[in-house]
Amino acid sequence: MIRLGQSHPAEESKLRRFALVGLLVGTTLVTYGCMPDTPNGEGGTIASGTAEWPSSFSIGRDATAAEIALLDIDFGPDGAGAPAGSGSVAEGKAVYNVQCVGCHGLTGQEGPNAALVGREPRDGFPFGETRGIRKTIGNYWPYATTIFDYVNRAMPMTFPGSLTADEVYAVAAYILFLNEIIPEDAVMNAQTLPAVVMPARDRFVPDNRVGGPQVR
Amino acid sequence: MGSISRRAMLGATGGLIAGGLLKTQADALTVAEESAGPQTAQADPTKMMGAPTSVLGQRAPGEQPRRRMGNPAVTSSSRTPIEELPGIITPADLHFERHHAGVPAIDPDRYELLIHGMVDRPMTFTLDDLKRFPAESRLCFIECSGNGGAAYNRNANPERSPGQIDGLFSTSEWTGVPLATLLREVGVGRGASWVLAEGGDAAVMSRSIPLEKALDDAMIAYGQNGEAIRPAQGYPARLLLPGWEGNAQVKWIRRLELSDRPSMTRDETSKYTDPLDDGTARQFSFVMDAKSTITFPAYPYVLPERGWWEIRGLAWSGRGRITRVEVSTDGGRNWAPAQLQEPILSKCTTRFRHVWNWDGGEALLMSRAIDETGYVQPDLETQIAARGEGTSYHYNSIRPWRVEPDGRVFFAQGDGG
Ligand code: HEC
Repeated sequence: MIRLGQSHPAEESKLRRFALVGLLVGTTLVTYGCMPDTPNGEGGTIASGTAEWPSSFSIGRDATAAEIALLDIDFGPDGAGAPAGSGSVAEGKAVYNVQCVGCHGLTGQEGPNAALVGREPRDGFPFGETRGIRKTIGNYWPYATTIFDYVNRAMPMTFPGSLTADEVYAVAAYILFLNEIIPEDAVMNAQTLPAVVMPARDRFVPDNRVGGPQVR
Repeated sequence: MGSISRRAMLGATGGLIAGGLLKTQADALTVAEESAGPQTAQADPTKMMGAPTSVLGQRAPGEQPRRRMGNPAVTSSSRTPIEELPGIITPADLHFERHHAGVPAIDPDRYELLIHGMVDRPMTFTLDDLKRFPAESRLCFIECSGNGGAAYNRNANPERSPGQIDGLFSTSEWTGVPLATLLREVGVGRGASWVLAEGGDAAVMSRSIPLEKALDDAMIAYGQNGEAIRPAQGYPARLLLPGWEGNAQVKWIRRLELSDRPSMTRDETSKYTDPLDDGTARQFSFVMDAKSTITFPAYPYVLPERGWWEIRGLAWSGRGRITRVEVSTDGGRNWAPAQLQEPILSKCTTRFRHVWNWDGGEALLMSRAIDETGYVQPDLETQIAARGEGTSYHYNSIRPWRVEPDGRVFFAQGDGG
């Protein structure tokens, strides 16, 4: 396979010829070499050439369904693509107390790393108003599916990606229970997790900054 | 002394070395040990031959800038010492770092980028494939949206350098393939409006990006300042979103999934959302608003004498070009236009300068950037009024610096300035 960083043999001989010419007319070459590209003001390339582009460069290859399935781990608030499996609060407690407790604390509040649990202040969302209020899954996260998605990717920090789907559903259930969002007998799976309504669900708004004189 | 503590020591004194204030014997020895260039300054370089050519260059022994950081940690950050860099380009080894699970070591021969979801033809590209496509280079800044958090405070610590405050900000020439070119290859499906970008690090970091940006000026970059992207910046390839917050420019990019809705990942819900004082939080707040900071004179520099000095700094906007930078030496009562250094590029860093005759009295230096949309960098109180004291991210208010009669310079946000 040809690495583009390396030069082809043909290219190499061209380079050698250049070097030779360079020795002879060094100054001229240097001058040409320093000629700036015609700027288009955007710091990019000149918009041209695409007219000559083929409909496809035929670079790259088709991805197989199996390859996609292996990497396609995300799922969003609607739960589409959520993996099979399930876990209860009790099962989640067992997972948590082995895999998470050391970094997130016995009740999910005491750290040393991110606090996962906390509903204070119960009815408000004063994070913009007041400095230093601790954001947790219970008082700040808008979607329960994000717990699965994130833990599945990144936790436990020292062994990321090591939990089964059942274990991730279970630990999500336990964290939601500790946050007083679901009851102790709840079971989380591809249907129930997306159905959980988080306390901060309606707090998020699109970016309204648009430039111009107004400071937002 | 172990190499880590030597480096830490250099980091702590680097700014002072550059300012010409303090250079201990120990520093000089350490530097000589680390570099392969001229070991010691020659008494008369015109009377002896110099060092021979070498395969890899070194910095001058007395010029050893270091990133600023706390304790090394895989979820931590290191900051570019912006006050020590004379141009707009950040040397790649001084580009700021912010990782969520450390720097992965990716085998370039096994690297692949998968593009799938709402596309006509899901495809996989190797690194060689990416490099074979028509390429593009552009200069732009990358700034962490949490940059400057220490300045969003009426009682900010005065003993903070520009790099300590705003060093989660670097500027590079990036080379790669426009994402639009790759999307043309796979064919964007009808109804697609978002792209989930995912990294191949231990956090499998992921962000949802509007398709509009992906088709506008996004790039899959593999080159940085004339060499391969450094591991800490996303080797072998990263997403580049000119003008947008750093976190969204996913490093070690391994997968792009087109979809008709955002995925609501951790880093676009729990993090990188900006709570406002009306009980909401701004989400998908990608663009970095116009900002500037004076990098000289600034803490920890001490002006040795009154007289003519050049106030210098950096200005940038994620919305386009910087059109004007104004400088005040009297705490914002009077403003004068600063001189802007070419090139002035869209979504890139612009250097500004303003000559100043210091009379030896107390002075409060400020700069404010204005971009092509007419946005004017606000002061802290205006920003607090717009968002609330507790807001997070996008801290782009004016940075005041107080010069004291003895020449010492302090970050002056604590003055209420
Ligand atoms: C070795 C320490 C460690 C272990 C073990 C660990 N975590 Fe974490 N966790 C962290 C750190 C550090 C962060 C912050 C990561 C960042 O900032 O990107 C974090 C972040 C999180 C977050 C996101 C918090 C937020 O507010 O954004 C969740 C949720 C989480 N961990 C869940 C878990 C679960 C569940 C387990 C057990 C399966 C676990 N963690 C095990 C260290 C750990």
